Amino acid sequence: MEPTNIKDPAYFHKVVDCQWACPAHTNVPEYIRLIAQGRYADAYLLNRQSNVFPGILGRTCDRPCEPACRRTRVDEKPVAICRLKRVAADLKGELGDRLPRAPAQKNGKRVACIGAGPASLAVANDLAPLGYDVTIFEKAAVAGGLMRSNIPAFRLPAAVLDEEIGMILAMGVTVRYGAPITSLKALLAEGYDAIFVGSGAPRGKNLEIPGRYDSDRIHIGIDWLGSVAFGHTTSIGERVLIIGVGNTAMDCCRTARRLGGKDIKVMARKPRGYFKASPWELEDAEEEQVEIVVDHEPIRFVIEDGKLKGMEFQRYQSREENGRLAQTPLDKVILPADDVILAIGQESSFPWIEDDLGIERDKWKAPVVDKTTFMCSRPGVFFGGDAAWGPLNIIWAVEHAHQAAISIHNHCQGVALTDRPKWGMNLASTKMGLHEWAYKNDYNPVGRQKMHHVDLTRRFKELSLEVELGFDAEQTAREVERCLNCDVETVFSEKRCIECDACVDVCPVLCLTIAPGGQEKELRGRLSAPSVNPGQALYASGALPQTGRVMLKDEDLCVHCGLCAERCPTAAWDMQKFDLLMPYAGKPTP
Amino acid sequence: MSYIKKPVARHPSLRPNALGLTIRDYEGSMSTLCAGCGHDSITAAIVRALYELDVPPHMLAKLSGIGCSSKTPTYFVSGAHGFNSAHGRMPAIATGANAANRALLYIGVSGDGDSLSIGLGQMVHAMRRNLRMLYVIENNGVYGLTKGQFSASSDIGSKSKRGEANTQPPIDPVMLALDIGATYVARSFSGDKAQLVPILKGALRHNGFALVDVISPCVTFNDHEGSTKSYLYTRKHQLPIVQADFVPPAAEIRAEYAPGTVHEVRMHDGSTLQLHKVGPDYDPTDRRAAWSFLSERQRSGEIPTGLLYLDESGSDMHAAAKTVSRPLAQMPFEELCPGEAALRKLQDAYR
Repeated sequence: MEPTNIKDPAYFHKVVDCQWACPAHTNVPEYIRLIAQGRYADAYLLNRQSNVFPGILGRTCDRPCEPACRRTRVDEKPVAICRLKRVAADLKGELGDRLPRAPAQKNGKRVACIGAGPASLAVANDLAPLGYDVTIFEKAAVAGGLMRSNIPAFRLPAAVLDEEIGMILAMGVTVRYGAPITSLKALLAEGYDAIFVGSGAPRGKNLEIPGRYDSDRIHIGIDWLGSVAFGHTTSIGERVLIIGVGNTAMDCCRTARRLGGKDIKVMARKPRGYFKASPWELEDAEEEQVEIVVDHEPIRFVIEDGKLKGMEFQRYQSREENGRLAQTPLDKVILPADDVILAIGQESSFPWIEDDLGIERDKWKAPVVDKTTFMCSRPGVFFGGDAAWGPLNIIWAVEHAHQAAISIHNHCQGVALTDRPKWGMNLASTKMGLHEWAYKNDYNPVGRQKMHHVDLTRRFKELSLEVELGFDAEQTAREVERCLNCDVETVFSEKRCIECDACVDVCPVLCLTIAPGGQEKELRGRLSAPSVNPGQALYASGALPQTGRVMLKDEDLCVHCGLCAERCPTAAWDMQKFDLLMPYAGKPTP
Repeated sequence: MSYIKKPVARHPSLRPNALGLTIRDYEGSMSTLCAGCGHDSITAAIVRALYELDVPPHMLAKLSGIGCSSKTPTYFVSGAHGFNSAHGRMPAIATGANAANRALLYIGVSGDGDSLSIGLGQMVHAMRRNLRMLYVIENNGVYGLTKGQFSASSDIGSKSKRGEANTQPPIDPVMLALDIGATYVARSFSGDKAQLVPILKGALRHNGFALVDVISPCVTFNDHEGSTKSYLYTRKHQLPIVQADFVPPAAEIRAEYAPGTVHEVRMHDGSTLQLHKVGPDYDPTDRRAAWSFLSERQRSGEIPTGLLYLDESGSDMHAAAKTVSRPLAQMPFEELCPGEAALRKLQDAYR
């Protein structure tokens, strides 16, 4: 096995599991430390750099970071990364002139964005400070896209949306409200230097089964949520069936509960463990006494005298065979319902893109978008967010937007789109004194803090009342201590090692080994403790001076306590802070 | 020294031993010795040996005297009994404790100062009595706690940190033990746990006095060029002679060696020590041959290591003194002290 190349930014980036898992590569450990120091505005701005919407994401993010969190490997639950982000947003105070601003002198380039959702807003956020004249076309009367129409206000208050969207619009971004794009050809004719399509996946999937069009009490989930968000729908029947068990279904059932629904059932085709909804969203829905019914497949709507009476389902018995789900049909049942909401997915839709614009389509008629440049086959037309490759989530939309903004900038400045700025890194010792580090290395065994919720009776009375109260000061103080500072890296210099075994002996999770060299696969079988996670890197040194053996570190379980460095007599181990330097449009890494 | 506690986070694949304890349950508090001290590696080897032997912490007594080495019992098995005695007096305390409670397992940890200078007379009598205990000498050839003077185990010509050469001959605890008649004599190196751990396990199961002399470099005062007890010097001059494999009772012996290269010794608890020759021809059960072989090799500057001599047939102190099999500590007071009438009767028997 060759010595590990730690000069490649990707190596230590991968050790920071949360940052690696985050589509936008948010520097989580650093912002958690800033929160711990009470530097909420700094924490907020660090977040904003990569994810643009900390307040919104601190409430609604899909949290790919949390399942990846190192803490889950030595403790039961991950650090509440998402809710700490909200703490930074809630307590940031006045940011004053610390937000990016547009220069007085524009650069003369005009960019049109379609749809005022997270993707377009994030593109505007990256381009406006560079002097671009950005115009967003929005069909609704307000900005926010699905963040406003599909995420209920009891999860994401309008004030939070308004504030963070306002920060972008204040850079001089123009939004044309009530201006749906009906023809891309017409927009192209307006002579913009670049067009960004951030129109999302606005079409809810339908369920073509008998009776679908025989009642007006059958709703498409995302349309129905939008109609509630904009005040067009204010009530629902007492018995509601939600078809589908993704996060939209969770928003639908909880909204229905607030509009008068009493007997609400979420109907799942599969058993638990196969649901698309995030576990915490399921938990919140069940807390609101929504019933989740498994193994029921809808087969027809029951309509009597032109009125919806209920729905018929095929029941199944489920079991796992060779790790795959196998279902045997049982009987059929009819469940009564006053309203049915279909929440079985959504897709992008481009009826307004003409066929003769030179935009290549795939077999589903969706424009073909390059995975790196985010441009379609027609130069100057870029895609991002759900419009690019179908539904993802907000944090992916933001990352798409960063990449698309780099492309748009290159395109407008006459630079090849493939000539993209590289990632960089800083790596600096955190040593402050004999056994003092610039981070808190003491492991705190405290458990994950539980979010407090508004009590049930109050939240059902008031549709827009935010359910989650946010962490209080004590909870925040405890939760920040759970972070393992994965960005403070154990860096080894073999020249100094005298092979005294002190680091190997002291490591609480047995991640160090001094052994004769070999191939990685075979070395993994000779570690101090079994290598249980082959996806995690093995950090290998070159030959050690005294015996020619090598130092090996299984990155998997390291809790970054720094004891290896504290017990090292020759400072062969050092704790160094890794800072990933990410390029943004117009801001290449130093 | 580190100011934080060792994190309680554990590797998920840690296996409990027969008592349901993981190796982490055999740890003590954080070491306050210098970073890189060989003693900490020996502590780690003791922790592993005790964990693998399923030793119940409350059945273990840790004893020590004064010195860097004598601090180490604090760093393993927090749940055990412990006694930190006066300088060099640990063998006497261990003898007393063992006399009163033979049911416990005794580990004495000492250093070259504590055992070979002030406590030399104490140590040899514990050997002579064949006191059932593991006696570890953490041998670094220097007085670390008093800032680096030569100790009684410093070799002639070995240089101090300031560059002066030692002129007085060293006392070699292994040769001394062979001379006095110790029944389990081993030498190892703190940087070689593959050799040290089985030696410690065999010593803990030995029915008598087990001397384990461990070269344990002092990173602060004796790890420089010119020292004969540095990591580098020991690695260059170590000559492994006998590799011990410890096989617990009722376990299958797996390692197979060519005939004539292995001695199998049954320990009194039913376990087996396989003594495998890895160096030159050597018989670890022949005291006289061992003595002459070792003295010859040491004269040529080599450091022979391994389990160098073993005699499992000897009688320990209790057998020699014909004491009762029940530990005195477990006897009711009336039996231990039967009263004035019984004393008078005893005295009358001598009149």
